[in-house]
Amino acid sequence: MTSARPRDGSPRAARPVPVGTAALRRLRAEAPAAFVESVLDRLGLHAGDRFVVMAGPAGDVFVAFNDSGISAVVPAARFDGDAARFAEHHRRTAGRAVAAAARPPAGLEAALRTGRARRLRYDLSGLSPFERAVLTKTLEIPPGEVRPYGWVAREIGRPRAVRAVGSALGRNPVPVLIPCHRVVRSDGHVGQYGFGVSMKRALLSAEGVDLERLQRLADAGVRFIGSDSTGVFCVPSCHHARRIRPAHEVPFRSAAAAFVAGFRPCAHCAPASGRNAS
Amino acid sequence: MAQRRDTTVLEGLAGDLESGYGAFVRAHADDVYSAALRLSGSRADADDIAQETFVRAYRALRRFDAERLRSLEARPWLHTITLNLWRNRLRAAARRPRTAPGDRHGDVADGRPGPEDAAVAGEASRALVRLLAQLPEHQRVPVVLRHVVGLSYAELATVLACPVGTAKANVARGLDRLRVLGRADAAGATGAETR
Repeated sequence: MTSARPRDGSPRAARPVPVGTAALRRLRAEAPAAFVESVLDRLGLHAGDRFVVMAGPAGDVFVAFNDSGISAVVPAARFDGDAARFAEHHRRTAGRAVAAAARPPAGLEAALRTGRARRLRYDLSGLSPFERAVLTKTLEIPPGEVRPYGWVAREIGRPRAVRAVGSALGRNPVPVLIPCHRVVRSDGHVGQYGFGVSMKRALLSAEGVDLERLQRLADAGVRFIGSDSTGVFCVPSCHHARRIRPAHEVPFRSAAAAFVAGFRPCAHCAPASGRNAS
Repeated sequence: MAQRRDTTVLEGLAGDLESGYGAFVRAHADDVYSAALRLSGSRADADDIAQETFVRAYRALRRFDAERLRSLEARPWLHTITLNLWRNRLRAAARRPRTAPGDRHGDVADGRPGPEDAAVAGEASRALVRLLAQLPEHQRVPVVLRHVVGLSYAELATVLACPVGTAKANVARGLDRLRVLGRADAAGATGAETR
Protein backbone atom coordinates (compact mmCIF):
# COMPACT_ATOMS: atom_id res chain seq x y z
CA MET A 1 0.00 0.00 0.00
CA THR A 2 2.79 2.39 0.75
CA SER A 3 4.87 1.05 -2.08
CA ALA A 4 6.04 4.28 -3.58
CA ARG A 5 6.98 4.24 -7.18
CA PRO A 6 9.32 7.05 -8.03
CA ARG A 7 7.20 9.88 -9.30
CA ASP A 8 8.40 11.28 -12.51
CA GLY A 9 5.23 13.30 -13.04
CA SER A 10 6.69 16.53 -11.78
CA PRO A 11 7.78 18.43 -14.88
CA ARG A 12 10.79 20.13 -13.37
CA ALA A 13 12.18 17.09 -11.59
CA ALA A 14 15.74 16.43 -12.73
CA ARG A 15 15.79 12.83 -11.61
CA PRO A 16 13.88 12.30 -8.39
CA VAL A 17 15.66 10.09 -5.92
CA PRO A 18 13.77 6.79 -5.83
CA VAL A 19 12.45 6.61 -2.29
CA GLY A 20 10.26 3.52 -2.57
CA THR A 21 10.45 0.41 -0.45
CA ALA A 22 12.49 -1.39 -3.11
CA ALA A 23 15.12 1.34 -2.97
CA LEU A 24 15.18 1.10 0.82
CA ARG A 25 15.61 -2.65 0.67
CA ARG A 26 18.76 -2.13 -1.37
CA LEU A 27 20.23 -0.27 1.60
CA ARG A 28 20.42 -3.53 3.48
CA ALA A 29 24.09 -4.35 4.02
CA GLU A 30 26.23 -7.33 4.88
CA ALA A 31 28.13 -7.35 8.13
CA PRO A 32 31.93 -7.04 7.66
CA ALA A 33 33.75 -10.25 6.85
CA ALA A 34 35.31 -10.82 10.28
CA PHE A 35 32.23 -9.70 12.18
CA VAL A 36 31.21 -13.02 13.76
CA GLU A 37 34.79 -13.88 14.71
CA SER A 38 35.27 -10.45 16.30
CA VAL A 39 32.17 -10.88 18.44
CA LEU A 40 33.16 -14.40 19.52
CA ASP A 41 36.69 -13.19 20.26
CA ARG A 42 35.41 -10.40 22.48
CA LEU A 43 33.27 -12.88 24.36
CA GLY A 44 36.16 -15.26 24.77
CA LEU A 45 34.14 -17.91 22.98
CA HIS A 46 36.06 -20.38 20.98
CA ALA A 47 35.89 -19.13 17.42
CA GLY A 48 37.62 -22.16 15.92
CA ASP A 49 36.48 -25.75 15.55
CA ARG A 50 35.77 -28.29 18.23
CA PHE A 51 36.54 -31.99 18.16
CA VAL A 52 35.58 -35.35 19.61
CA VAL A 53 37.18 -38.78 19.52
CA MET A 54 34.81 -41.45 18.26
CA ALA A 55 34.94 -45.14 17.51
CA GLY A 56 35.03 -45.58 13.75
CA PRO A 57 34.60 -48.68 11.60
CA ALA A 58 38.37 -49.11 11.39
CA GLY A 59 39.59 -47.67 14.67
CA ASP A 60 39.09 -44.42 16.57
CA VAL A 61 38.88 -41.16 14.67
CA PHE A 62 39.26 -37.48 15.59
CA VAL A 63 36.27 -35.58 14.22
CA ALA A 64 36.42 -31.77 14.08
CA PHE A 65 33.35 -29.64 13.49
CA ASN A 66 32.00 -26.10 13.64
CA ASP A 67 28.72 -24.26 13.05
CA SER A 68 28.72 -25.13 9.36
CA GLY A 69 29.26 -28.84 9.87
CA ILE A 70 31.94 -31.48 10.16
CA SER A 71 35.26 -30.10 9.00
CA ALA A 72 37.79 -32.90 9.46
CA VAL A 73 38.13 -36.62 10.17
CA VAL A 74 41.53 -38.17 10.92
CA PRO A 75 42.29 -41.66 12.24
CA ALA A 76 43.45 -41.29 15.84
CA ALA A 77 46.19 -43.84 15.23
CA ARG A 78 47.91 -41.34 12.99
CA PHE A 79 48.74 -39.25 16.06
CA ASP A 80 48.90 -42.18 18.50
CA GLY A 81 45.63 -40.82 19.85
CA ASP A 82 47.38 -37.62 20.94
CA ALA A 83 44.82 -34.79 20.82
CA ALA A 84 47.48 -32.08 20.97
CA ARG A 85 49.14 -33.44 17.83
CA PHE A 86 45.76 -33.62 16.11
CA ALA A 87 45.06 -29.99 17.10
CA GLU A 88 48.39 -28.93 15.67
CA HIS A 89 47.67 -30.83 12.44
CA HIS A 90 44.20 -29.27 12.21
CA ARG A 91 45.55 -25.76 12.72
CA ARG A 92 47.93 -26.37 9.84
CA THR A 93 45.47 -27.98 7.42
CA ALA A 94 42.22 -26.17 8.23
CA GLY A 95 43.78 -22.93 9.45
CA ARG A 96 41.68 -22.93 12.62
CA ALA A 97 42.28 -23.79 16.22
CA VAL A 98 40.41 -26.78 17.58
CA ALA A 99 39.39 -27.53 21.15
CA ALA A 100 37.73 -30.50 22.77
CA ALA A 101 33.93 -30.52 22.59
CA ALA A 102 31.63 -31.61 25.38
CA ARG A 103 29.72 -33.89 23.04
CA PRO A 104 29.60 -34.94 19.39
CA PRO A 105 27.31 -33.24 16.86
CA ALA A 106 23.91 -34.87 16.47
CA GLY A 107 23.91 -37.91 14.20
CA LEU A 108 27.67 -38.44 14.13
CA GLU A 109 27.71 -41.56 16.26
CA ALA A 110 24.97 -43.21 14.18
CA ALA A 111 26.68 -42.22 10.92
CA LEU A 112 29.94 -43.84 12.01
CA ARG A 113 28.12 -46.96 13.14
CA THR A 114 25.96 -47.42 10.02
CA GLY A 115 28.18 -45.87 7.35
CA ARG A 116 25.24 -43.72 6.30
CA ALA A 117 26.43 -40.16 6.63
CA ARG A 118 24.43 -38.29 3.99
CA ARG A 119 22.32 -36.40 6.50
CA LEU A 120 25.24 -34.86 8.36
CA ARG A 121 26.32 -31.34 7.49
CA TYR A 122 29.87 -30.77 6.30
CA ASP A 123 32.10 -27.73 6.22
CA LEU A 124 33.72 -28.03 2.80
CA SER A 125 34.40 -24.31 2.58
CA GLY A 126 38.10 -24.65 1.78
CA LEU A 127 37.47 -26.71 -1.34
CA SER A 128 36.93 -25.86 -4.98
CA PRO A 129 33.49 -26.27 -6.58
CA PHE A 130 34.80 -29.31 -8.46
CA GLU A 131 36.10 -30.93 -5.28
CA ARG A 132 32.80 -30.23 -3.55
CA ALA A 133 30.88 -31.78 -6.47
CA VAL A 134 33.05 -34.92 -6.29
CA LEU A 135 32.57 -35.29 -2.54
CA THR A 136 28.84 -34.58 -2.66
CA LYS A 137 28.39 -37.26 -5.31
CA THR A 138 30.57 -39.70 -3.38
CA LEU A 139 28.36 -39.19 -0.36
CA GLU A 140 25.56 -40.89 -2.32
CA ILE A 141 27.36 -44.24 -2.50
CA PRO A 142 25.71 -46.49 0.09
CA PRO A 143 27.71 -48.59 2.54
CA GLY A 144 28.70 -51.98 1.20
CA GLU A 145 28.92 -50.74 -2.38
CA VAL A 146 31.72 -49.34 -4.51
CA ARG A 147 31.88 -47.26 -7.70
CA PRO A 148 34.72 -46.68 -10.13
CA TYR A 149 36.44 -43.26 -10.30
CA GLY A 150 34.95 -42.89 -13.78
CA TRP A 151 31.46 -43.27 -12.36
CA VAL A 152 31.90 -40.20 -10.15
CA ALA A 153 33.40 -38.26 -13.07
CA ARG A 154 30.48 -39.16 -15.32
CA GLU A 155 27.83 -38.49 -12.67
CA ILE A 156 29.08 -34.96 -12.01
CA GLY A 157 29.10 -34.25 -15.73
CA ARG A 158 32.90 -34.33 -16.16
CA PRO A 159 33.38 -37.77 -17.74
CA ARG A 160 36.97 -37.07 -18.79
CA ALA A 161 38.09 -35.80 -15.40
CA VAL A 162 38.75 -39.26 -13.94
CA ARG A 163 42.22 -38.41 -12.65
CA ALA A 164 41.00 -35.12 -11.21
CA VAL A 165 38.31 -37.08 -9.35
CA GLY A 166 41.06 -39.21 -7.83
CA SER A 167 42.98 -36.13 -6.69
CA ALA A 168 39.83 -34.51 -5.29
CA LEU A 169 39.05 -37.65 -3.31
CA GLY A 170 42.64 -37.64 -2.06
CA ARG A 171 41.99 -34.20 -0.58
CA ASN A 172 38.75 -35.28 1.14
CA PRO A 173 38.93 -33.55 4.54
CA VAL A 174 36.24 -35.81 6.02
CA PRO A 175 37.15 -39.39 5.01
CA VAL A 176 35.22 -42.33 6.44
CA LEU A 177 32.11 -40.10 6.64
CA ILE A 178 32.27 -38.94 3.03
CA PRO A 179 33.11 -42.40 1.78
CA CYS A 180 35.97 -41.85 -0.65
CA HIS A 181 36.99 -45.40 0.27
CA ARG A 182 33.97 -46.57 -1.76
CA VAL A 183 35.49 -45.24 -4.97
CA VAL A 184 37.79 -47.82 -6.56
CA ARG A 185 39.58 -48.59 -9.79
CA SER A 186 37.49 -50.20 -12.51
CA ASP A 187 40.09 -53.01 -12.86
CA GLY A 188 39.14 -54.35 -9.44
CA HIS A 189 42.09 -52.87 -7.55
CA VAL A 190 40.88 -50.82 -4.59
CA GLY A 191 43.06 -47.89 -5.66
CA GLN A 192 44.80 -45.30 -3.54
CA TYR A 193 43.85 -44.10 -0.09
CA GLY A 194 45.12 -41.18 1.94
CA PHE A 195 45.60 -43.33 5.03
CA GLY A 196 46.95 -46.33 3.19
CA VAL A 197 45.45 -49.06 1.04
CA SER A 198 45.16 -51.45 3.99
CA MET A 199 42.85 -49.01 5.76
CA LYS A 200 40.77 -48.69 2.62
CA ARG A 201 40.42 -52.47 2.46
CA ALA A 202 39.58 -52.60 6.16
CA LEU A 203 36.86 -49.99 5.79
CA LEU A 204 35.33 -51.78 2.81
CA SER A 205 35.48 -55.22 4.46
CA ALA A 206 33.95 -53.77 7.64
CA GLU A 207 30.88 -52.74 5.69
CA GLY A 208 30.55 -56.06 3.92
CA VAL A 209 32.18 -55.45 0.55
CA ASP A 210 33.41 -58.79 -0.84
CA LEU A 211 36.75 -57.59 -2.16
CA GLU A 212 37.80 -61.03 -3.40
CA ARG A 213 34.66 -61.41 -5.47
CA LEU A 214 35.10 -57.97 -6.97
CA GLN A 215 38.74 -58.76 -7.79
CA ARG A 216 37.73 -62.07 -9.37
CA LEU A 217 35.11 -60.38 -11.54
CA ALA A 218 37.50 -57.62 -12.54
CA ASP A 219 40.20 -60.16 -13.43
CA ALA A 220 37.68 -61.91 -15.66
CA GLY A 221 36.94 -58.59 -17.35
CA VAL A 222 33.44 -58.40 -15.88
CA ARG A 223 32.39 -54.80 -15.20
CA PHE A 224 28.64 -55.25 -14.84
CA ILE A 225 26.20 -57.94 -13.76
CA GLY A 226 22.74 -58.26 -15.26
CA SER A 227 19.74 -60.31 -14.27
CA ASP A 228 18.00 -62.17 -17.07
CA SER A 229 14.77 -62.20 -15.07
CA THR A 230 14.53 -58.40 -14.69
CA GLY A 231 16.56 -57.26 -17.68
CA VAL A 232 18.44 -54.82 -15.45
CA PHE A 233 22.22 -54.52 -15.14
CA CYS A 234 24.23 -53.18 -12.21
CA VAL A 235 27.74 -52.53 -10.98
CA PRO A 236 28.81 -55.78 -9.27
CA SER A 237 28.64 -54.37 -5.71
CA CYS A 238 25.15 -52.91 -6.09
CA HIS A 239 22.87 -54.47 -3.51
CA HIS A 240 20.45 -55.37 -6.31
CA ALA A 241 23.23 -57.20 -8.15
CA ARG A 242 24.11 -59.13 -5.01
CA ARG A 243 20.56 -60.45 -4.85
CA ILE A 244 20.64 -61.97 -8.34
CA ARG A 245 20.63 -65.77 -8.14
CA PRO A 246 23.66 -67.34 -9.82
CA ALA A 247 21.40 -69.03 -12.36
CA HIS A 248 20.11 -65.65 -13.54
CA GLU A 249 23.43 -63.79 -13.47
CA VAL A 250 24.58 -62.40 -16.81
CA PRO A 251 28.08 -60.88 -16.79
CA PHE A 252 28.93 -57.97 -19.09
CA ARG A 253 32.33 -56.59 -20.06
CA SER A 254 30.88 -53.18 -20.94
CA ALA A 255 27.71 -51.14 -20.65
CA ALA A 256 27.48 -51.18 -24.44
CA ALA A 257 27.33 -54.97 -24.41
CA ALA A 258 24.55 -54.85 -21.83
CA PHE A 259 22.57 -52.37 -23.90
CA VAL A 260 23.05 -54.51 -27.03
CA ALA A 261 21.71 -57.50 -25.10
CA GLY A 262 18.59 -55.44 -24.33
CA PHE A 263 19.35 -54.76 -20.66
CA ARG A 264 18.67 -51.41 -19.02
CA PRO A 265 20.78 -49.76 -16.33
CA CYS A 266 19.79 -50.08 -12.68
CA ALA A 267 18.24 -46.90 -11.31
CA HIS A 268 19.98 -47.38 -7.95
CA CYS A 269 23.61 -47.84 -8.95
CA ALA A 270 23.46 -46.01 -12.30
CA PRO A 271 26.05 -48.25 -13.99
CA ALA A 272 25.94 -46.24 -17.23
CA SER A 273 24.80 -42.88 -18.45
CA GLY A 274 21.19 -42.60 -19.51
CA ARG A 275 19.92 -43.90 -16.23
CA ASN A 276 16.57 -42.35 -17.03
CA ALA A 277 16.41 -43.95 -20.45
CA SER A 278 13.29 -46.13 -20.52
CA MET B 1 11.98 -18.61 6.50
CA ALA B 2 13.83 -16.27 8.80
CA GLN B 3 11.39 -17.38 11.47
CA ARG B 4 12.07 -21.06 10.96
CA ARG B 5 15.78 -20.58 11.04
CA ASP B 6 15.33 -18.60 14.19
CA THR B 7 13.80 -21.43 16.14
CA THR B 8 16.47 -23.96 15.19
CA VAL B 9 19.19 -21.51 16.16
CA LEU B 10 17.45 -20.87 19.45
CA GLU B 11 17.13 -24.61 20.07
CA GLY B 12 20.88 -24.74 19.63
CA LEU B 13 21.29 -21.95 22.16
CA ALA B 14 19.06 -23.70 24.66
CA GLY B 15 21.20 -26.81 24.27
CA ASP B 16 24.57 -25.17 24.60
CA LEU B 17 24.90 -21.39 24.57
CA GLU B 18 28.66 -21.37 24.10
CA SER B 19 28.75 -23.54 21.02
CA GLY B 20 25.47 -22.32 19.55
CA TYR B 21 26.21 -18.62 19.82
CA GLY B 22 28.30 -18.44 16.66
CA ALA B 23 25.36 -19.66 14.58
CA PHE B 24 23.09 -17.19 16.36
CA VAL B 25 25.39 -14.25 15.58
CA ARG B 26 25.77 -15.40 11.98
CA ALA B 27 21.99 -15.67 11.57
CA HIS B 28 21.36 -12.11 12.74
CA ALA B 29 24.58 -10.27 11.87
CA ASP B 30 23.37 -8.72 8.60
CA ASP B 31 20.07 -7.55 10.13
CA VAL B 32 21.69 -5.91 13.11
CA TYR B 33 24.56 -4.44 11.10
CA SER B 34 22.17 -3.01 8.49
CA ALA B 35 20.07 -1.36 11.17
CA ALA B 36 23.15 0.08 12.88
CA LEU B 37 24.59 1.30 9.57
CA ARG B 38 21.45 3.03 8.37
CA LEU B 39 20.70 4.58 11.74
CA SER B 40 24.21 5.80 12.48
CA GLY B 41 25.24 6.54 8.90
CA SER B 42 28.80 5.39 9.54
CA ARG B 43 30.40 2.04 8.89
CA ALA B 44 32.78 2.32 11.81
CA ASP B 45 29.97 3.21 14.22
CA ALA B 46 27.79 0.47 12.76
CA ASP B 47 30.50 -2.14 13.31
CA ASP B 48 30.92 -0.99 16.93
CA ILE B 49 27.21 -0.85 17.66
CA ALA B 50 26.46 -4.19 16.02
CA GLN B 51 29.34 -5.96 17.81
CA GLU B 52 28.33 -4.43 21.10
CA THR B 53 24.74 -5.59 20.48
CA PHE B 54 25.85 -9.21 20.29
CA VAL B 55 28.20 -8.90 23.25
CA ARG B 56 25.38 -7.54 25.42
CA ALA B 57 22.95 -10.07 24.02
CA TYR B 58 25.25 -12.91 25.03
CA ARG B 59 25.60 -11.65 28.56
CA ALA B 60 21.82 -11.39 28.84
CA LEU B 61 21.21 -14.81 27.26
CA ARG B 62 23.52 -16.43 29.79
CA ARG B 63 21.01 -15.52 32.48
CA PHE B 64 18.01 -16.86 30.53
CA ASP B 65 16.69 -20.31 31.36
CA ALA B 66 15.98 -22.82 28.59
CA GLU B 67 12.27 -22.02 28.53
CA ARG B 68 12.86 -18.32 28.08
CA LEU B 69 15.46 -19.00 25.38
CA ARG B 70 13.00 -21.09 23.42
CA SER B 71 10.26 -18.47 23.55
CA LEU B 72 12.61 -15.58 22.81
CA GLU B 73 11.72 -13.40 19.84
CA ALA B 74 15.29 -12.84 18.82
CA ARG B 75 14.85 -10.25 16.08
CA PRO B 76 12.89 -7.58 17.94
CA TRP B 77 14.90 -8.28 21.09
CA LEU B 78 18.24 -7.74 19.32
CA HIS B 79 17.03 -4.60 17.56
CA THR B 80 15.87 -3.15 20.84
CA ILE B 81 19.42 -3.51 22.12
CA THR B 82 20.85 -2.00 18.92
CA LEU B 83 18.48 0.95 19.14
CA ASN B 84 19.40 1.65 22.77
CA LEU B 85 23.11 1.50 22.00
CA TRP B 86 22.69 3.88 19.09
CA ARG B 87 20.68 6.34 21.19
CA ASN B 88 23.24 6.21 23.99
CA ARG B 89 25.91 7.05 21.47
CA LEU B 90 23.94 9.98 20.09
CA ARG B 91 23.54 11.32 23.59
CA ALA B 92 27.23 10.91 24.37
CA ALA B 93 28.17 12.56 21.07
CA ALA B 94 25.88 15.47 21.83
CA ARG B 95 27.69 16.04 25.13
CA ARG B 96 31.12 16.24 23.58
CA PRO B 97 30.91 17.91 20.18
CA ARG B 98 33.07 16.22 17.63
CA THR B 99 35.45 18.15 15.48
CA ALA B 100 35.69 15.70 12.65
CA PRO B 101 32.32 14.33 11.66
CA GLY B 102 33.83 11.34 9.86
CA ASP B 103 31.94 9.72 7.04
CA ARG B 104 28.55 10.82 8.22
CA HIS B 105 26.41 9.00 5.77
CA GLY B 106 28.43 5.93 5.11
CA ASP B 107 29.20 4.82 1.64
CA VAL B 108 26.62 2.77 -0.07
CA ALA B 109 28.39 0.73 -2.69
CA ASP B 110 28.47 -2.28 -0.45
CA GLY B 111 30.29 -4.54 -2.80
CA ARG B 112 26.95 -6.29 -3.05
CA PRO B 113 26.25 -7.51 -6.54
CA GLY B 114 24.22 -4.61 -7.80
CA PRO B 115 21.66 -4.83 -10.58
CA GLU B 116 22.56 -4.11 -14.21
CA ASP B 117 23.78 -0.63 -13.61
CA ALA B 118 25.60 -0.68 -10.32
CA ALA B 119 26.88 2.86 -10.74
CA VAL B 120 23.40 4.32 -11.13
CA ALA B 121 22.06 2.18 -8.30
CA GLY B 122 24.95 3.29 -6.08
CA GLU B 123 24.24 6.91 -6.93
CA ALA B 124 20.55 6.51 -6.14
CA SER B 125 21.30 4.69 -2.90
CA ARG B 126 23.72 7.39 -1.81
CA ALA B 127 21.05 10.00 -2.41
CA LEU B 128 18.53 7.94 -0.47
CA VAL B 129 20.94 7.57 2.46
CA ARG B 130 21.30 11.35 2.47
CA LEU B 131 17.52 11.78 2.58
CA LEU B 132 17.18 9.16 5.28
CA ALA B 133 19.59 11.15 7.46
CA GLN B 134 17.23 14.11 7.23
CA LEU B 135 14.29 12.17 8.67
CA PRO B 136 13.55 12.87 12.30
CA GLU B 137 14.53 9.99 14.56
CA HIS B 138 10.94 8.92 15.30
CA GLN B 139 10.42 8.32 11.58
CA ARG B 140 13.88 7.14 10.59
CA VAL B 141 13.87 4.29 13.11
CA PRO B 142 10.59 2.73 11.91
CA VAL B 143 11.43 3.19 8.22
CA VAL B 144 14.89 1.61 8.61
CA LEU B 145 13.70 -1.31 10.73
CA ARG B 146 10.70 -2.03 8.54
CA HIS B 147 12.03 -1.46 5.04
CA VAL B 148 15.81 -1.78 5.20
CA VAL B 149 16.05 -4.57 7.78
CA GLY B 150 12.67 -6.12 6.97
CA LEU B 151 11.13 -6.48 10.42
CA SER B 152 7.42 -7.28 10.39
CA TYR B 153 5.07 -4.65 11.78
CA ALA B 154 4.50 -6.86 14.81
CA GLU B 155 8.27 -7.06 15.43
CA LEU B 156 8.61 -3.33 14.85
CA ALA B 157 5.82 -2.62 17.36
CA THR B 158 7.70 -4.72 19.92
CA VAL B 159 10.90 -2.75 19.35
CA LEU B 160 9.14 0.60 19.52
CA ALA B 161 6.99 -0.55 22.45
CA CYS B 162 3.88 0.77 20.75
CA PRO B 163 0.71 -0.68 19.21
CA VAL B 164 1.04 -2.21 15.73
CA GLY B 165 -1.21 0.50 14.30
CA THR B 166 1.10 3.22 15.59
CA ALA B 167 4.12 1.43 14.15
CA LYS B 168 2.43 1.25 10.74
CA ALA B 169 1.46 4.89 10.86
CA ASN B 170 5.01 5.95 11.75
CA VAL B 171 6.43 3.97 8.86
CA ALA B 172 3.88 5.47 6.46
CA ARG B 173 4.60 9.00 7.67
CA GLY B 174 8.31 8.39 7.36
CA LEU B 175 7.91 7.20 3.77
CA ASP B 176 5.74 10.22 2.92
CA ARG B 177 8.33 12.53 4.41
CA LEU B 178 11.07 10.79 2.40
CA ARG B 179 9.10 11.40 -0.77
CA VAL B 180 8.67 15.06 0.03
CA LEU B 181 12.37 15.34 0.76
CA GLY B 182 13.12 13.51 -2.49
CA ARG B 183 11.09 15.94 -4.55
CA ALA B 184 12.64 18.93 -2.83
CA ASP B 185 16.06 17.43 -3.45
CA ALA B 186 15.33 16.94 -7.16
CA ALA B 187 13.85 20.42 -7.51
CA GLY B 188 16.85 21.95 -5.76
CA ALA B 189 19.16 19.98 -8.00
CA THR B 190 17.69 21.25 -11.28
CA GLY B 191 19.20 24.67 -10.69
CA ALA B 192 22.57 23.32 -9.65
CA GLU B 193 22.67 20.66 -12.39
CA THR B 194 23.13 17.26 -10.82
CA ARG B 195 26.36 15.31 -11.11
